[in-house]
Amino acid sequence: MSHADDHEGTRRDFLYYATGGAGVVATGAAVWPLVNQMNPSLDVQALSSIRVDVAEVEPGTQLTVKWRGKPVFIRRRTADEIAAAEDVALNDLPDNNARNANTSDIADGADANRFLAPPAEDGPTGEWLVMMGVCTHLGCVPLGNSAGEFGGWFCPCHGSHYDTSGRIRKGPAPENLAVPPARFDDETTIVLG
Amino acid sequence: MAGIPHDHYEPTTGAEKWLHRRLPIVALLYDTLMIPTPKNLNWMWIWGIVLTFCLALQIITGVVLAMHYTPEVSMAFASIEHIMRDVNGGHMLRYLHMNGGSLFFFAVYAHIFRGLYYGSYKEPREVTWIIGVLIFVLMMGTAFMGYVLPWGQMSFWGATVITGLFGAIPFIGDAIQTWLLGGPAVDNATLNRFFSLHYLLPFMIAALVVVHIWAFHTTGNSNPTGVEVRRSSKEVAEKDTLPFWPFYVIKDVFALVVILAVFFAVVGFMPNYLGHPDNYIEANPLVTPAHIVPEWYFLPFYAILRAFTGEVWVVQIASFLTAGIIDAKFFGVLAMFGSIGVLALVPWLDISKVRSGRYRPMFKWWFALLVLDFVFLMWLGAQPAEGIYATMSLIGTGYWFGYFLIILPLLGVYEKPLPQPETIEADFEAHKPKANGTAGAADAAPAE
Repeated sequence: MSHADDHEGTRRDFLYYATGGAGVVATGAAVWPLVNQMNPSLDVQALSSIRVDVAEVEPGTQLTVKWRGKPVFIRRRTADEIAAAEDVALNDLPDNNARNANTSDIADGADANRFLAPPAEDGPTGEWLVMMGVCTHLGCVPLGNSAGEFGGWFCPCHGSHYDTSGRIRKGPAPENLAVPPARFDDETTIVLG
Repeated sequence: MAGIPHDHYEPTTGAEKWLHRRLPIVALLYDTLMIPTPKNLNWMWIWGIVLTFCLALQIITGVVLAMHYTPEVSMAFASIEHIMRDVNGGHMLRYLHMNGGSLFFFAVYAHIFRGLYYGSYKEPREVTWIIGVLIFVLMMGTAFMGYVLPWGQMSFWGATVITGLFGAIPFIGDAIQTWLLGGPAVDNATLNRFFSLHYLLPFMIAALVVVHIWAFHTTGNSNPTGVEVRRSSKEVAEKDTLPFWPFYVIKDVFALVVILAVFFAVVGFMPNYLGHPDNYIEANPLVTPAHIVPEWYFLPFYAILRAFTGEVWVVQIASFLTAGIIDAKFFGVLAMFGSIGVLALVPWLDISKVRSGRYRPMFKWWFALLVLDFVFLMWLGAQPAEGIYATMSLIGTGYWFGYFLIILPLLGVYEKPLPQPETIEADFEAHKPKANGTAGAADAAPAE
């Protein structure tokens, strides 16, 4: 046993600490599976990538698909909409960032950084706009079909207006509608995720 | 049991003695039921019983509803309609459970504000108070998860907005949100775990209620004068108190009957008055209701959550000081949790030695304003978060925090309290109606 004049760790002290340490590790090891079981299960993770057939989408219409539990807008824009999006001066944008998972994090909010690269190299550029249908304010689903003051999308919850490139122009939302990881697999198939 | 001296259980018959030597459970029940209770408790001391009743009501109706409910996204909504249309008496059970939640929160707010006015949180009842705040937080969690189970539009979008709060936490928010939801969005995994926890938490509340009662049976009840029961001897203590059984049981049951008359009128004649029609539309992740509103009992806290936008100067200062880590959204989340956090701290924020608001001339008015502020915030929570409402929400939120963090500490220093009665007995004698039916004497000024 230790005495007042004997401050060195004894064999018994060592055993106390070793037992305590082992107890902590064992408790942690027992608790971790109970915590980890709440993370996304394999079947949920398996749905993290989907293929969307867009052959039927005509210019001026929008397809809404569910991806990872959230709506994704796939809009085939008209020439007028593309022109309107390109005409916007970058300093008019409240959020001058592309918010595009397919470009660099610091790409600016120009329309060229927002739309999806065309399926064929010689195809018309800027037609396809793919983005999350989730308002960046509080997560509502904005209304499409040229809604709002800027001819793009309008969120009815708290009045956020998005332009034809899905960029926030007016209202409480802080960011442009996010562009998810997406690419054309062939001429008529978009892969999300 | 520690605390006020009183008679204890003595086993008399052979059978009682036999049991008492092995398990003194009758003694425990006797001492709990016969606890000396201050004899001047007014009608604001009935809410504890109402709350106990609500907990029992919710557990009993909840257990039977769970026998018919299916926690699966494609069947949950239909199983609620099954309960409403097919299950024998199912609509009544569900309406009792739905409106029981409202009664539960009505009673808990009355109970909390009672405690705030009469200083029930003060020394030596801080632990009772903090356990009460914990129970309140668990109640909010239980109610929120229960509201998701019918899988209507408001269930789904309410869950999306509220779990989104955790996503506002800097750096680890997204990981926490995904972990809570069990996926990237509210879906089947979320519904399943909410059902599991909604079933579990009431039992944790029940356990905390036992600790809550244990704590205030140790210190003795607070009372409207804030003067402690004298405990020099059993005889002296009996001048200030009456046993809980039968005196307070009768009084509390009478109050409960009156409240239940109103409750059953609501359940029977306007069961959906406090709900939202949107929740009778099945959840649809692709369509948002135009106006996402929580249940009425969450509205004050929802108003506080939404009060802070990027234009508010405190948000801008916080954002500047933390190099942008605290943004408007996270600030709102901190404010919402903080508004409950200040409740837990109130035993130390209120430094006045006088417990009861009766003898605190300045405190009274600030307290009345706090009650109005709570109602004001509740109204604001149901309004759209724009224009004049946003400004009013900020004012309401400012007063809520100002009351706890500034006004209470200052009152402790500057307020001159009125004289308090010497004993509970003196106060009781001064207020009680004269005996033997001299009509009108009850209203006369006390002569002694």
